[in-house]
Amino acid sequence: MKIGVVVFPGSNCDHDCEHIFKDVLGQYVEMIWHKETLLAGLDAIVLPGGFSYGDYLRTGAIARFSPVMGAVKEFAKKGGMVLGICNGFQILLEAGLLPGAMLRNRSLHFICKDVSVKVENAATAFTSAYESGQVLKIPIAHADGNYYTDPVTLAAMQANAQIVLRYCTPEGKITPEANPNGSLDNIAGIINAEGNVLGMMPHPERCAEAVLGNDDGKLIFLSMLESLKGNKKELKMVGAG
Amino acid sequence: MGYVEDLNDARTKLADFFSILVRGEEVKAKIHVTLKQGILDPQGKAIEHALDSLGFKNVGHVRVGKYLELDVNETDRVKADAKVKAMCEKLLANTIIEEYRYELAG
Repeated sequence: MKIGVVVFPGSNCDHDCEHIFKDVLGQYVEMIWHKETLLAGLDAIVLPGGFSYGDYLRTGAIARFSPVMGAVKEFAKKGGMVLGICNGFQILLEAGLLPGAMLRNRSLHFICKDVSVKVENAATAFTSAYESGQVLKIPIAHADGNYYTDPVTLAAMQANAQIVLRYCTPEGKITPEANPNGSLDNIAGIINAEGNVLGMMPHPERCAEAVLGNDDGKLIFLSMLESLKGNKKELKMVGAG
Repeated sequence: MGYVEDLNDARTKLADFFSILVRGEEVKAKIHVTLKQGILDPQGKAIEHALDSLGFKNVGHVRVGKYLELDVNETDRVKADAKVKAMCEKLLANTIIEEYRYELAG
């Protein structure tokens, strides 16, 4: 598979994502500078974490107008898989590819620690390798991860099972105490209604190798590869038919 | 050196004067962006608590926002107004969580 990792000025998890796909999972990775406007031959796109444009104005607010974002939107519109991690999630929100917005963490602190996150929907292209209800230990590192959306949108997302990941206790209970940043409904990750764009605040690329002590995040990337293989088969069948 | 600087200064002032005569006065905008009412403002809350601990009791509803100033590059106020509104909607405010207001001057 050919995975594109977008590099904005200020991205700092881009090479971690490259490392996981290339060295851990043996895929071809193309690093895409944010000035690119054509994305050809990619199977999936990752918007990595970091501090694009220094988080000026609002997180992701300026990155969403980067030249590459037009092509990312086109790619997503055609059903291409887009994964946004941390700052990548914030950019997807600002770009309108996912609903809602990020507020400053309830505590006002930049929080960098392992948290527990529950896979609420294991039937997505990004989570199919997990068990439904599985609890992951996964790090967060952000100051603006306090997810907000209006009640109507929240209800629609709940009804469509678009809330894919939620902060929980290590036992899997969804409680206010297990919510590190004040996110609405303990939201840690959401997917669009079409199921091809996922945004998540936790960093799966930082816990995807057993040698580093934790590989709970690896199945996000494996799920993506599995569903891409499935898609390719479907496409071939369409072509053959 | 002083003479040259004076001359350059005078030249700049003259150029400014004539450009205003030709183009009219440029509109400037002063823009305030704040979180919408009803949306928790954690910074506002922290400041409220700090004020309280400093003895400013019962200070309420502290809201923190952003203030922006800019030259609109427009002399027509109606056009400038439309431009500033578009800037706010497109980039300067995230209208899911924020509201904005602005004044035009010049």
